Parts: sequence; structure tokens; C-alpha cells
Amino acid sequence: MSSALSLAPLLAGIVGESNVLTAAEDLVPYGFDGTAALRQRPAAVVFPTTTAQVAECVRLAIQASVPIVTRGSGTGLSGGSVPAAESLVLCLARMNTILDLDLENLTLRAQAGVVTQTIDQTVAQHGLLYPPDPGSMRISTIGGNVAENSGGLRGLKYGVTRDYVMAIETVLADGRIARFGSACVKDVAGYSLKDLFIGSEGTLGVITEVLLKLVPRPAARQTMLALYDDIEAAASTVSAIIAARIIPCTLEFLDHMTALCVEDYAHVGLPTDCAAVLLMETDGHPAAVADEAAKMAAIAREHGAREVRTARDEAEALGLAAARRNAFSALARRRPTTILEDVTVPRNKLATMVTFIAETAEAHHLEVGTFGHMGDGNLHPTFLTDERDADAMARVHHALDAIVTRTLELGGTITGEHGVGLAKKPWLRRQMGDDSFEVMRQVKHALDPNGLLNPGKMFD
Amino acid sequence: MADTLQTLDYAVLQQCMHCGMCLPTCPTYDATKHERNSPRGRIALMRAIADGDLAVSQAFADEMSYCLGCLACQTACPAGVNYAELFETARSTIECAHAQPGAARSFWRWLTLRLIFTRPRVLRAAGLGLRVYQRTGLQTFARRTRLTRLLPPAVRRVEPQAPPIAGAFSNRLIAAHETPTGEARYRVALLTGCIQDLVFSDVNRDTADVLLANGCAVDTPPVQPCCGSLHAHNGELDLARGLARRMIDLLPPDRYDAIISNAGGCGSHLRHYGSLLADDPVYRDRARLWDTKLRDVQEWLASIRPRAPKAAPFDEPVTLTYHESCHLVHGQKISRQPRELLRLLPGVSFVELPESSWCCGSAGVYAITQPDQAEALMRRKTANIGSTGAAVVATANPGCHLQIVRGLREAGGSAIVLHPMSLLARAYRNERG
Repeated sequence: MSSALSLAPLLAGIVGESNVLTAAEDLVPYGFDGTAALRQRPAAVVFPTTTAQVAECVRLAIQASVPIVTRGSGTGLSGGSVPAAESLVLCLARMNTILDLDLENLTLRAQAGVVTQTIDQTVAQHGLLYPPDPGSMRISTIGGNVAENSGGLRGLKYGVTRDYVMAIETVLADGRIARFGSACVKDVAGYSLKDLFIGSEGTLGVITEVLLKLVPRPAARQTMLALYDDIEAAASTVSAIIAARIIPCTLEFLDHMTALCVEDYAHVGLPTDCAAVLLMETDGHPAAVADEAAKMAAIAREHGAREVRTARDEAEALGLAAARRNAFSALARRRPTTILEDVTVPRNKLATMVTFIAETAEAHHLEVGTFGHMGDGNLHPTFLTDERDADAMARVHHALDAIVTRTLELGGTITGEHGVGLAKKPWLRRQMGDDSFEVMRQVKHALDPNGLLNPGKMFD
Repeated sequence: MADTLQTLDYAVLQQCMHCGMCLPTCPTYDATKHERNSPRGRIALMRAIADGDLAVSQAFADEMSYCLGCLACQTACPAGVNYAELFETARSTIECAHAQPGAARSFWRWLTLRLIFTRPRVLRAAGLGLRVYQRTGLQTFARRTRLTRLLPPAVRRVEPQAPPIAGAFSNRLIAAHETPTGEARYRVALLTGCIQDLVFSDVNRDTADVLLANGCAVDTPPVQPCCGSLHAHNGELDLARGLARRMIDLLPPDRYDAIISNAGGCGSHLRHYGSLLADDPVYRDRARLWDTKLRDVQEWLASIRPRAPKAAPFDEPVTLTYHESCHLVHGQKISRQPRELLRLLPGVSFVELPESSWCCGSAGVYAITQPDQAEALMRRKTANIGSTGAAVVATANPGCHLQIVRGLREAGGSAIVLHPMSLLARAYRNERG
């Protein structure tokens, strides 16, 4: 394996000299993504602007046996875009053109580097919605979202990124350009390889372009906060809402610590004296929204909410959702290092899991803030610690292991929306079982026989 | 506050958990899409230096010079990173390491930071000299005969940008003690600034008038030192500490209800004397008290329930928009109050400026050190101003003020630029018919 550095002059021939970085000062900032405590400096960074340039860069790197790590805005939370040693980082941030907005078929075609929020803002002008809204949507790229199959706050009602990808264009490990899927709502031609690449974390190919499905923007929305003195009451409210055949677009949970940190940052009026806060949102036809909101408020009160508040206007509602999106980063106000988890359990196991997390943190003498998408069972226990404290980091690891073990016992998954990357790699085989795990490895080997696409991610 | 990244409390660097939420708010990242030109990229470089993994190189110095220091990242940061402290420590590290050699650079830094901007009388003398140059036809003569070519390149670039010096400085316009006509409800001190004093002494007069109209007795010492913002920003923390001590001696904070700044850039620095002098046992406590008394004039007025003017500032109804000085909105988190004050003005309809808190490119000496990026930001700002159709742009920082005037002139725009205090003062004056 040679270094990407030796390729710099050839890469400059493809993308121009100013689009190849090799100086230490340029590379240090590419040594990490949004994940704590993972760092590795790459050997070079290249900024292609077209699919053809991506294909040329990939061919060049593969011929020289240089590992390739694709990156968008580097906001991932499982270390998926942390470079491999001596690797070439393929940064698609400059492939940021929206290629087509089809108002007859309600689709949008975009280059991989377009920022997620830009897509939603663009379609909003036409009364449309691109629903997946990961916490980092203000800066994350659509290519990164597709590669990680990102979720978000609206997952309960609208699903995740996968549900909105109709077609992709991807550069394969040998430099060929493949296109999977189509603009047709129904399409069963051949294997659904599009779905194989969604969530493949840059290990099977480089996604360069996507065709997205759009939906009509809901006419009305109502946002509420329910405040609780104990966490189980919040969890039982969520179960009762679902059991009452209501599918709100958002049912977000914040524990006391998270609410405290978020309020400290955003000043949106979150209470800082209760054990749990539920952020509930319903959207759709105005009459349906009014009806559902009233029912949800009543259910919350029946299940022990101390108080239910309704957002006065759109601005307050947006403020609350935006504040919640920053929950993870806001928790970093407390301690130098925040280790974020992404375990997900079936919804009826939520209360069990939330309690288990709190007990585990206490048993290991760790500070934890837990928040998450309660409506879809996706929790984000976040340990607040200091990476320079080896003893504390060892305790974090033991606590994580206990949480993962319990999650799997409850029929859950090690990651709901952040991906495996480096951070969850130790537990993938345990969740999959040997045979299923081997199938994944066979797929990887078939598409990337030299193991040069994002090596070391998902599995070794 | 530490002088170098190596001696800085490591927790300040660790506060950044590199989530990337700052990226979309950073004007330089927006321009290049290079991580190095982003807040989290710069913090990564600082951390690498603190860790000993990277030298304090010319490239690092260039990067910290490319940073506007607009602090938009600090507003965006959910994790509460103190980028202002990191930025100043990084620039100080560069000076301590002499990473940017060059005799000319050293000379100009000595002349401006050490000589002129530490001595208010020398500064005013320099201002007077510039006034004579601008008003006697000497400037026209020098330009026509191309004598300006004899100037060193750095000065030649600045020469046409030198702002018109005011006919009288603040000490000629404002008495040392002024009292309101009615009962004095508050006692405040007014800081006259450096550029504000030389170029916008009328804004200082207007500020005093507005304070008087709102029941404040105003103390304005005729000779005031520079607040040290310029020095801290350019890596001279020791000079900044010396100036802070002089300022505290001149205006003991226990004597006033508020110490008033009307320039966003100065105020942002002035309210952090506590951390700047944290290691000074003699001044530490007074510096902390100072921080609690220091108020931007708009923040102060909004907190004492300002009196709405009964007359309009202009004869005709006008549309007005507001550009936020970075160090007012991001450095001091003052965003709501200027708008509240401007909405009090009769005969004025307020329209929001798109990207109102996006840097105009002035950023201290940025227009001199990074002319291309400053120019691009200025054009973006004037285009946004043009889109509002406003006839008046309000802004509360002399750097922004000059930059926007220049931008509008170059773009052929007809809008005029005024400090919110000037608008209020006009309205109060018009009450008398």
C-alpha cells in the first residue's frame, strides 16, 4: 500500500492544483469527523466537482493501492469518515449543485455534496417537503446522509433517508460508474442494489448523485412540550399515544441533564427542573392536527405529565425543534468529551432501556445525558467524560458494553441511525450472528476485492 | 488569560467536539469549503500546536490572519466553545513565536499598536495630520503627482481607504460632565473610542444626547486611552492588559450605573477585562466589576425603558434596515435591542436585512490584510442591502459603517448609513420643532 501523497501531482492533473491538499496545516482538520476521540491524519485530500473526476480519482488511487475515504461535511457520529492511515480523502463538499427539481413527478436530483437543509429549503418554496431531518442537517451533505442512511426527528411518521431515495449514481471500486433505481414509483427490475448502497458507509462505492422523492408540505403543525417528574411516565405516554392509533411526526425525549444543557445553549424556555421532557409534534391537515394535538395532550396528562405546553407560533415551534437537534453538541458544555450512543429497541421496551441506562451509568460512576427519538425507540445515551482520563474511559467502555448487551437481549440494534463505522464495529458480529456477518463480508469482497474503499469501517 | 496555546487551559480547546455546527455560519469556510478555513478546522490546528504535533508555522499564521474573528461560530456553537479567547491566544502565540518575520511588518506594528494606539494624544495628532492631508488639497496633489507611489505598498493600499477625519474630536463636542434637563435617574460614563473619536465624533455627541434624553448624567473624560481591542486582536495581550488597567483607573466602575460603549468591536473586548486581568491580583476584582457595568449603549437603553421620540428623524417617511456588527451580535449577543430602538422611530418603516449577521468584511484591519475576501464580503453585503430597497442602513460599529459606505459608493447605491444613536438623536432634536 503506497501513500496518497505520491499521487498528488496526478490528482492535480484531474481536478486542478488548488483542489488537492497535502500540507500538514491543510490535513490536520480532516483527521476527524463529528465522533469523539477518533483521529487519523490522511495523506491527501482531493475535491472533485464532477462524477467523471471522482471516477478518475478512484481509478488512480486503486491502481496505486491507496485507500479512499469519502467525506461530505464530516459530521458523522460513528467515525465513518475518519480517514484511514495514508489514505486519500475524497471530499465531495464542492459537488453541491441541485441538478433538477421535477414538480410533475415530485423528485429532486442533486449532487452528493448538496447540504441537506438546502434541499428542504429549496423544495419548501414549492410547497414540498424532504422529510429526513438529521440533527446535523444544516451542514450535513445528502451524499453522507444516503451513505449513512440517516434518520432524524421526523422518522416516526416519515421514515428515514432510505425511504426517500429513488435512484443513485455511484462510482465503483474499479472506477466504473453505476446507476441503480429510477424515477418510477414502482420498479422491480433486477436486484434492488440501490438499497445495498444506501447505508453502506462508503465501503462499497462512492455515491455521487441521488434522486430524491418529495412529499407535499403539511399545511399545519402543532408543537407541544410535556413535562414529567419521572422518566417512566414519559415512556408510557409514548406507548399510549401509539396505542391510540396516533402517529405524530415527532416524539422526542430529553432527560433532565439534556434539557439543562440545551436550555443553557438555546434559551428556548425548556424547563430545567423536571426528570423528563417530551417534545411532541403533529403535522398534516389543520383539522386533523388540532384533533391529534388535543388527544396527545390529554394522553400526556392522563399518564402523569406535570404540565403540557403548546408552542405559541411557528417561530417558537421551530426554535424548539432546532434546539433539540443540537442536544448532542449542547451536552458537550458539561465535560470535555461526549461519547454518544445510538442503541435502538422495540418501542415497548423503551422504559426498560431508559431505566437500565440510568442504572448502568450510576453503577460505573459516570455522568450520562439521555435523549432520543422515543417514538421510534431510538435512544442516544451520551456519556460526559474526559478522554484524557484513562480510568473514566475504561468505565465508559464497560458501561457501553453492558448497554449493548442489554439492547440485544431486548431485540434491539446497536445503531438506529448513526451507522457502524469505527465506533460500533466491535459489536456488529454479536448482533448479526456469524453467518449473517459473513454474508456482509462476502458482499464487500465482491464489490471491493482489494478492500480500499473506506477500509476498517464496519468490519476489519 | 494565557499568552500561548501551549500554556492555555487545555479544556478550552477540548470544548470543541467538532460536530461541525459552526461550518455553515463561517464566511471563510463558505468561500472555500476547506476545513482549515473553518472554526473547527482552526481549533484542530490550535490543538495540534498545543499537543506539539504541529509547529507555529507561517501557514498557521496565514490561517489565523484569514479568520475574520467575526465570532459567528461562537453564536452557532452548541458546545459553548470560547472562540474569542482561542482566536486571541492563537494570534498571540504567533507573535510570541515570531512566525511572521519581516522588518516592514515589525515597523508598522510598532508604529500603530505600540506608539499610536496606546497614546490618545498621539492618536489625535495623527488624526489631525490626516485631516490636514485630506482637507488642504495635499491628498489631491499627492495623488495627481503620484507621490503616493513613494509610500510602502501596505500604506499605499490603505491610503485611499483612509476615512475622512472629523472636523472636531469628541472632547470638543462633549463636556466632561453633562446632566439631563430633568432629574438624573442614572450616572453613566461614555467611552469615545479611537476610530469613533477621529471619524465619527458626531456619533459620540449623538450618543450623549440620547443618554441625556433618557435621564442619564453622562461623564465623558476628554482624553481616553484605547480600550485595547485592537491589541488583543492582533496578538499583543500585554499591551491590551496595560490599556485595560489605564481604562479602569480612569473610570472606576464602582462610581457608575453603567459604562457605555457605542462601538460593537470595542464593547466586545471591553466587557472581558475580567478574564484579561484574571491573573492580576491588584486589578482582578475591579476588572470583574467593570465587566458587570460595561454596556453597549443600545443594550443599556433597552434595559431602562427608552422614551419613544415624538418626532421623526427625517422629513419624509423612510424605509430603514439594520446591519448587525459581528462583535455586537456574536461578541456581545445584542441583536434584539437595536431593532427595538429603531422600531421606536416615527416615520420609519423597518425591514429586515437578509443575512443581517453575516460579516461585512470590515473586521478591524481585515480589509488591509485580506483585501480579496473583504471585498467579496462587502459586495455580498451591499447586494443584500440593495434587495431591501432601504434608504437608510443603521449599524453600530465604525468599521462596519465605513465599509458599508464604501461598498454602497462602489456599487452606486444611494442608501445612507447612520448609527442608531444618530437616528434617535435626530428624532429627539426634531421634537423641538
